[in-house]
Amino acid sequence: MVVLRGITKRFPAVLANDQVDLDLHPGEVHALLGENGAGKSTLMKILYGFYSADCGEIKLQGDPVHIHSPHDARRLGIGMVFQTFTLIPAMTVAENAALYLPDLPPVVDTRRVAKQISSLGEKYGIQVSHRFPVRDLPIGDQQKVEILKLLVGRARVLIFDEATRVLAPHEIEGLFDIFERLKGDGYAIVFITHKMREVLACADRITVMRRGRIAGTLTRSEATESALVALMFGDAIPQEATSAPLPPAAPGSALLALRSVNTRPQGASTPLRDVCLEISQGEIVGVAGVSGNGQRELVDVILGLLPCAAGKRLLHGEDATSWSAGQIRASGVGFVPEDPLGMAVVPWMTLSQNAALGDVAAYARRGGLSLGWDRVRQDIVTSFAALEFEPLSLYAPVRTFSGGQLQRAVLARELGRRPRLLVASYPTRGLDVRSAAAARRVLVQLRNSGGGVLLVSEDLDELFSLSDRLVVLRRGRIVGAFRPGEVDRHEIGHLMTDSEVGE
Amino acid sequence: MNWAFFGGLLSGTIMYGVPLLYTTLGEVIGQRAGMVNLGLEGILLIGASVGFAVSIETGNPWLGVGAAALAGALFNLVYAFLVATRRANQLASGLTVMFFGMGISAMVGRAYVGGGIAGLARYQVPGVAALPWVTRTMFNYDLLVYLAVPVAVLVWWVLYRTRWGLSLRAVGENPSAAFAAGRRISALKYQAALACGFLAGIAGAHLSVALARTWTEGMTGGRGFVAVALVIFSKWHPLRAIVGALLFGGAVTLQLQLQAMGAGVSPFLLNMIPYLLTLGVLLVWSGARRFAAPGALGRVYSGEE
Repeated sequence: MVVLRGITKRFPAVLANDQVDLDLHPGEVHALLGENGAGKSTLMKILYGFYSADCGEIKLQGDPVHIHSPHDARRLGIGMVFQTFTLIPAMTVAENAALYLPDLPPVVDTRRVAKQISSLGEKYGIQVSHRFPVRDLPIGDQQKVEILKLLVGRARVLIFDEATRVLAPHEIEGLFDIFERLKGDGYAIVFITHKMREVLACADRITVMRRGRIAGTLTRSEATESALVALMFGDAIPQEATSAPLPPAAPGSALLALRSVNTRPQGASTPLRDVCLEISQGEIVGVAGVSGNGQRELVDVILGLLPCAAGKRLLHGEDATSWSAGQIRASGVGFVPEDPLGMAVVPWMTLSQNAALGDVAAYARRGGLSLGWDRVRQDIVTSFAALEFEPLSLYAPVRTFSGGQLQRAVLARELGRRPRLLVASYPTRGLDVRSAAAARRVLVQLRNSGGGVLLVSEDLDELFSLSDRLVVLRRGRIVGAFRPGEVDRHEIGHLMTDSEVGE
Repeated sequence: MNWAFFGGLLSGTIMYGVPLLYTTLGEVIGQRAGMVNLGLEGILLIGASVGFAVSIETGNPWLGVGAAALAGALFNLVYAFLVATRRANQLASGLTVMFFGMGISAMVGRAYVGGGIAGLARYQVPGVAALPWVTRTMFNYDLLVYLAVPVAVLVWWVLYRTRWGLSLRAVGENPSAAFAAGRRISALKYQAALACGFLAGIAGAHLSVALARTWTEGMTGGRGFVAVALVIFSKWHPLRAIVGALLFGGAVTLQLQLQAMGAGVSPFLLNMIPYLLTLGVLLVWSGARRFAAPGALGRVYSGEE
C-alpha cells in the first residue's frame, strides 16, 4: 500500500533517518520499535508531510507521490495521531472532526457531522459523547476523537505516535481492540512505540529502528522479546573513545540522599514513587530509562524545582526538603539541563551576561547596584581554559551558538562554580562526537576531584562507560540498581521496557 | 424623571451603542482569529474622516459609509501584514496602526473641518407614534442602527455555523491544529482583518455621517479601546457584544443626562461612570476569562518547521 525507499533526513546535529526502506500493507498493524531518538517519529512525520525528506521516495499504491504538507498527506489518505493531540479544546467533538472533513460544505451542519461520527464510532467500537467541548473529555476519549477525526477524513493509513503513553492499561486494551476492527476493514496501521509488550500484543509486523537505520523487520511469528531487544540495543557495541578504565571510586560521604521521595502527578508527567537514591563524593550515578519515566521529575526534585509530596531530600548531610531552588544552587549544586537553550540560558543575552546570571550574588558590587563584569569575564575564560574548550565570543548572544558551543558554555559556567554535586541531564544529546567526548571528560574530571555526578542519559554506552553505579527508572520507580560490571545491556533494556528476560 | 428623560436615555444609549457594537463585532472576528488589534481607534478615525469627506464630495452619505467601510478594511491590511506576514508583536503593531490612522485621518479630514452634511436619513418605527409617551426622537433612527442587531446575528452565524467561521476559530484557538487540518493560517488572518476593518470603518462613518454630522480631529474619543474591553466583556461572543455595547452606551448617556440635569456630583466623577462600569465588569469577569479567550490569542504563529 505504502512503500518508502531510501528516506534520508538530516537535522543540524544528527542524521535522523539514513536510507530507510519501509513497506506498509493494508489490514496490518506495523509496529515501529526503537529507543527515543532512533528516528521512528521522524520517519513517520516525513510520511505525514510534517518534515520533508532530504532524499528518498514515497510510493502509494505503486505511484510515486510528493507529500509536502499534512494537507497533502491527508488528501492521499494518510492520517497521524500525535503524542500531543492536535485537538482544539474549546470546540466540540463534532467541530473538531468537521475541520478534517475533506468535503465540508460552506455552511456546516454539525448535527450531520455528529451523526457521521456516531455511525463510524459504532462500526469500530469507538464511543465518545460528542456534545461537549473536547477539554471536558478524559484523555483516553480525546485520543478516540483523534482517531474518529482521521476516519471521517477518510484516512486509510493511520499512524499512531507513542499512542499508549498517556493511556491507562484498560484504555490500551481498548485501543488494540479498535486496531483489530480497523484492520478487518483494510486500514493500514503504523504503531510507533518503545514498549515491547505492546508490540507483541498488537503488531503483525515489527520493524526495529536504531540510530536512524532499520535494524531489522520481523513478522509477529518470528518475533521474540530477546530478538527484539537485541535489535533495539545492538549486539556489537562500539567502544567509547573516552572510556578509559576508571580507577575504582572511593566513595566519600553522601552529597545527596533522597529518602522515599514521592511527587504529585501533574498533567501527563510521571510522578516519582518511593525513590531512594544516594550520591556520594567521587562517584557518577547513571540513570537509565526510556524518557518520560520520571527522569525529568527526579532532576527537578533534586534541584528544588518540584516539591517532594512525601519523603526527604538531604543535601550534604542536612535536611534540605524545604530548601528553595536558590538555596540548593548556593549549596554547591550545578545543573546541565537537557534543553540548555530553554532552561540554562537567556537566549538573547551574551555569554558573559549569562555567565553572570549563573551566580549573580557572587558578582554583585555596591550592594547589587552593579556587577563585577571583569571578574565574570575572567572566570568564564579561566573555566574554558581549564576544560580545554575552545574559547567562544563573550559578547555574542548565546542564541547564535551551535548546540555544541552552547552545551560547552553551560558546562563551563556550571563547572566554573566548582559544584560539589552536578546534575547532568542528557549532557551529550545532540552534540557532535568531539563535544560529546569533551563533555564526558569533564564529568569524569569532576568525579575524580571528589565531586558527585548524577548522569541522566538514554545512551546506554555512555552510561556503562561513565557510571560507577546505575539505576533504572521506570514509571517513576527505581526498578534496579547495579554496578555496570554486574549487568549487561540486555538486562537493562528489559528493565527499561518492562519485559521479561529470556522469553 | 419623566418620559422625556427615559426617551432621551433610550435613544442616547442606542446612538452611542451602535457604532460601538459594529466596532466590537469587528474586533470579535479579529480576536477569534487570534489577533488583538489595538489599532481600532485609528481605523475608526479613518472611517469617520473618509466617510465624511466622501459624503460631502458626492452628496450621498451612503457612498460615504461604503467608502469608509472599504477604507477601514484596506487600512487594517497594514495590521494584517505586520502580524500575519511579518509576524510582528500584535500590541506594537496595533498601536502603530492607531497612530498611523490618527495622522492620516487628520490629513484627510483637514479640508472638511467645519463642514456640515444632512447625514443618513432617519426612519420612524411605524405605528409607535400613536403611543402617548413616545417622544419624537425615541424610535427615529437611521438604517445602520436598525441593521446593527441583525449584523451581530449574522456575525454569530458566520462564526459558528459556517466552514469559514469554523476555520477562523480554529486558527485563533490552535493554529498548529488548523494548519494540520489544511487551513491557510495567513489567508484566514487577512480575511479576519478585512472583516474587522470593514465593520470598524462602518462604525467610524456612523459617528461622523449619522451622529455628529461633522468631522473633528480625534472625534472617536477612545471608542476603539472601549471596544477591545467590550470584546472581553462579551467573552468573544457576538450576541453578548450587543448587551455590552448597549450597557456602555447607556452608562455614557446616563452620565451626560445627569450632568445636564445638574446633579450635585462633580462632572469629572460622572465622566468616569462608563469606565468604572467597564472596570467593574472586567474585575468580575476576569476569573472566567481564560476559559473563553481563544487559545492562541495574541501569540505569534511561527509556522511548522
